[in-house]
Amino acid sequence: MHSLHAPRSWRRVTPRSALAVVSAIALAMGCGHFRTDAPSPDIQTVKASAHHLYRASVRSDVTPIPVRRLQTWTLHLDTIDGQPVDTATITMDGGMPQHGHGLPTSPRVTRALGNGDHLVEGVKFNMGGWWVVRFAITSSAGIDTVTFNLGL
Amino acid sequence: MTRSFIARLLVGAGLVGIAAVTVGNVRHRSTWTTAELAMLRSLSLRSLEPLGADASNRYADDARAAALGRDLFFDTRLSGNGRVSCATCHVATQDLQDGKPLADGVGRTARRTMPIAGTAHSPWLFWDGRADSQWAQALGPLESAVEHGGTRAQYAHVVAEQYRERYEAVFGRLPDLTSIPQHAAPVADSAARAAWSRLTAEAQEQISRVYANIGKSIAAYERRIEPGVSRFDRYVDAELAGSRHTPESALTTDEASGLRLFIGRARCVTCHNGARLTDDHFHNTGVPLPAVTLPADSGRVVGVRQVINGEFNCTSRYSDAKPEDCEELRFAVTSGPELDRAYKTPSLRNVANRAPYMHAGQITSLDDVLAHYAAAPAAPFGRSELVPIRLSPNERRQLIAFLGTLSGPITVPPTYDRTGALAHPAAR
Repeated sequence: MHSLHAPRSWRRVTPRSALAVVSAIALAMGCGHFRTDAPSPDIQTVKASAHHLYRASVRSDVTPIPVRRLQTWTLHLDTIDGQPVDTATITMDGGMPQHGHGLPTSPRVTRALGNGDHLVEGVKFNMGGWWVVRFAITSSAGIDTVTFNLGL
Repeated sequence: MTRSFIARLLVGAGLVGIAAVTVGNVRHRSTWTTAELAMLRSLSLRSLEPLGADASNRYADDARAAALGRDLFFDTRLSGNGRVSCATCHVATQDLQDGKPLADGVGRTARRTMPIAGTAHSPWLFWDGRADSQWAQALGPLESAVEHGGTRAQYAHVVAEQYRERYEAVFGRLPDLTSIPQHAAPVADSAARAAWSRLTAEAQEQISRVYANIGKSIAAYERRIEPGVSRFDRYVDAELAGSRHTPESALTTDEASGLRLFIGRARCVTCHNGARLTDDHFHNTGVPLPAVTLPADSGRVVGVRQVINGEFNCTSRYSDAKPEDCEELRFAVTSGPELDRAYKTPSLRNVANRAPYMHAGQITSLDDVLAHYAAAPAAPFGRSELVPIRLSPNERRQLIAFLGTLSGPITVPPTYDRTGALAHPAAR
């Protein structure tokens, strides 16, 4: 199973402590000057989709995930009962909820790689802090979304 | 060097609590956390990413092209009135900018001149990012009616008459220009545009390719202009090494306090991040309209359309890149309210020497810049990303003191002879 390659300082973070960690990162990395919102506590790296149709994970070709550098991600997608999903229409968006802005690029899922893997090109984050990325998935299993939180 | 090591040294010396490094009369409290030290490292030149190849310019690292580009950069014959060169606004003695709110070429422009050092690292050029390479950027002013005010046909003739041998050594044979008029280009000037339209498509392509190569030569020169080491960089080096500061590396108490604000409560580092202190992206920060009446300026929302359709962009016929090399262009955000009146985050290197500030020089001092960011007024149009923060006059003074530590000499390319060889090897 692919996993999100979070920054080293996050690898021992438990969901219980995630709210404090995300808040601390937000404070340390500079969000107060921009619009604020309640931080999300959810930093799981393997996620079920919102309606439990899929299970998804992502990995970047550069670890830890860098700031200001274009990167390519691989999205791995299974149905909730574990069948790899190769044929799907997938879009990606995201942004910084605390700043009220989106991603600095328009990443796209450009092709299926087989075995449930999908290539995501054009991913970039231009500043540190709390980022949210969301995949909208349409396949024969149904329409659903899956959301990941990142602390950079 | 780790904090724990420093702490052991201090305990060994009988000091508990506050660690201090003293150089002469400069006292600096060494109280950065590990996370803060990582942040400081990310802002220092030791984190400047190695300059990758420019896939769109196969001559980018050709010393002969750089030598030719240097001479073109300073050549006033590349202008409509014979008096304007790149160096007119990118002044060699002023950090390659001009210190004016609006640049003056053959006419007055609507934007502040940007400095050049380090721009080879930037995916987008100009305040609105309407060029995606240094060579494409260099071509914009050359045909701007208010900057150089000339035409690509004119410039091809200048190259043929003044630089033929050197040009052909790098780019190959120049086209036959005997039937090419002195002034022709797809520009606003109706006579030049009409002359251009009378040329065959093949002739147009040949002239445009010479023009692109002029840009690629200038870019090969500009590419070697990098930010130099500042006192802040030496400070970070010493902090990371756990070594005593020298007068060349020490920050005053005010400067260190300003740095703490910069990466902390003042949130400057949100956008001014990385070794060049820019996120290379575009933001609406609600800067006021210029005092003088200028054409409507929508920032990135127009700039992105121009670069996507750019005649000399990364995917153009004049680019040496494969389409897959042009990722920034392929995945650029091309629509949305965030582009309205958004402008590129400028580097803060040498910022203290570079008033006035903002894309049209609207703000005259760093103190006023900080007052603007603290007040976070509504944008003249579009939506400002800022929210107000409280910064006392003393905190603004400390931030300005810190910004002064980011000044350093830029690394200017060495002198070349006409073949591109170093004329004075010792100068390297």
